[in-house]
Amino acid sequence: MAKNKGEEIINSKSSLKKRIWKHLPYYIMMLPAVAYVAIFCYVPMYGIQIAFKNYKPVWGFQGSPWVGLKHFESFVTGPNFWMLLKNTLAISIYSLLAGFPIPIILALMLNEVILKIRKPVQTILYAPHFISTVVMVGILNLILSPSMGIINNIIEVLGGNRIYFTIKPEAFRHIYVWSGIWQGMGWSSVIYVAALSNVDENLHEAAKIDGASLLQRIRYINIPTILPTIMILLIMRIGSLVSVGYEKIYLMQNSLNLETSEVISTFVYKRGILNTNYSFSTAVGLFNNLVNVILLLIANFISGKLSESSLF
Amino acid sequence: MERVRTKSANRIKGSLGDGIVLFIIYFLVGVITLIVLVPLIHVVACSFSSPNAIGSGKVWLWPINITLAGYRGVFSDKSIITGYANTFFYTVVGTMINLAVTVPCGYALSKKTLPGRNYFMIFFMITMYFGGGMIPTYLLIQSLGLYNTRLVLLILGAFSTYNCIICRTFFSAFPEELEDAARIDGCGVFRCFLQIVMPLSKALMGVMVLYFAIGHWNSYFSAMMYLNKDEYKPLQLILRRLLIEAQQNLQMMEGAAGAAGEAGEAAADAYNTAQLIKYAVIIVSSVPVMILYPFLQKYFDKGVMLGSLKG
Repeated sequence: MAKNKGEEIINSKSSLKKRIWKHLPYYIMMLPAVAYVAIFCYVPMYGIQIAFKNYKPVWGFQGSPWVGLKHFESFVTGPNFWMLLKNTLAISIYSLLAGFPIPIILALMLNEVILKIRKPVQTILYAPHFISTVVMVGILNLILSPSMGIINNIIEVLGGNRIYFTIKPEAFRHIYVWSGIWQGMGWSSVIYVAALSNVDENLHEAAKIDGASLLQRIRYINIPTILPTIMILLIMRIGSLVSVGYEKIYLMQNSLNLETSEVISTFVYKRGILNTNYSFSTAVGLFNNLVNVILLLIANFISGKLSESSLF
Repeated sequence: MERVRTKSANRIKGSLGDGIVLFIIYFLVGVITLIVLVPLIHVVACSFSSPNAIGSGKVWLWPINITLAGYRGVFSDKSIITGYANTFFYTVVGTMINLAVTVPCGYALSKKTLPGRNYFMIFFMITMYFGGGMIPTYLLIQSLGLYNTRLVLLILGAFSTYNCIICRTFFSAFPEELEDAARIDGCGVFRCFLQIVMPLSKALMGVMVLYFAIGHWNSYFSAMMYLNKDEYKPLQLILRRLLIEAQQNLQMMEGAAGAAGEAGEAAADAYNTAQLIKYAVIIVSSVPVMILYPFLQKYFDKGVMLGSLKG
């Protein structure tokens, strides 16, 4: 057992072996996490090789023959490729453009609201974040229902015709994105609200004395303070541009809206798990992951050039 | 005197414009709050209304012909009770496993003297950006014999790199003197962690419990992929069947309800009752989370800030 004497901690000249021995309890603390990540994250990475093979469970990993880039070729030249890419990018770019600025604006506004009102308002705004995906899509189906949904009831009261929103391909993206904003804007604003609480009050006092208006103070004091946070989150969002929320999309899909609702990840699930096309869908998943990594690196590089903020 | 006067003059000049801006801000915040609140109230109101009131579209923000029929329908469904019990089990045991795996690791990684600390960080952080993907993970679960066992939902996601980094950041801010003093008194690393560090980490544990527990409570996709025995299924899968897959059957019922005569009326009743049960099941499944979250709300700001600091 490692005995921890104060002097030994201070004495940094001890050899590496000794230092490792002394830190043994910490390694034991990390052991479950390291084992988990090694088995459940790195072993599947090794399994990616089946994307380049013609994998059949009976042949096993080793026994299945190599086929090179065959699966990638058949995906990229296949009939679904452009539809999948277009749907995936359209949904994620739409989510980014509409969903990214709103929490920032919300946080800047909440920051000006007095605490007594702000707290209960935040409690309400955060609540939808804790609704599960299944329940969220269930609520959407109910309130958009053509026969009894509240939205169609309102449309009828206003003199319009009832619309069957959930099967309309042209409505899918709007429903997906705006329900996501409804559910997530409060929670996403927390981080900016927290960052805004670090603004130096003296700056505001000084600016007030110099005659700066509220909007000017928001523009020149509050926004620059949270800019690094904004940049980091933006990089991370761009890095996941090709991975959309497939758990929600999968639930919102039906046979009539597939032309806009089928995305790469739901395609991987259906072809891989439901149709057991293991090699092909692993290749599609890998393609998706690589595009993400490349986008992340590009975004990180650009951000590093333009401002001080970068992930690594 | 002169300075004081200009100061107050400025404040008055500024305050008129500022007043308008503030008014607009309060107005917009009010509108956004209503947009979030109204659908929630509507769902609650519907869950207490009579099936016919829902069918005829009379329910807005207050229940019409108050009844508990929807809730009776929910609790008479055996699969919902089973699902509830399963989810409770997965959430409680799963969260304990999450904490036992993730928090000590974050603590160990917060020790700056730990040899190889940076290599371990890289080892963990790579998994945030790159992974084997859905199919290789699925094949791994199958070959480990975890397919169709309760264990799969407890183990998958036992460790979270993101949450581990939050823990690490939190523990890094701990004063070292505290532990050093205990060490000199002969307190071992494990005892020090459990008896000195843990009791001072309530805010962190609050955030971790919240993140992990709600993740377990709300997830459905792993269960859908790895479980097909009904008695193992968590609540969210039952909800999926009730709320989403049943939609197609309901559309047929809707068609039948349009038919004239007694058969049509019976079909309409059955349809409306099925819809009512959906509203009620939404409330029943969300109540535990909605009760838990306001208690942990005070830790949000802190937890989210910790996560935003980069390693």
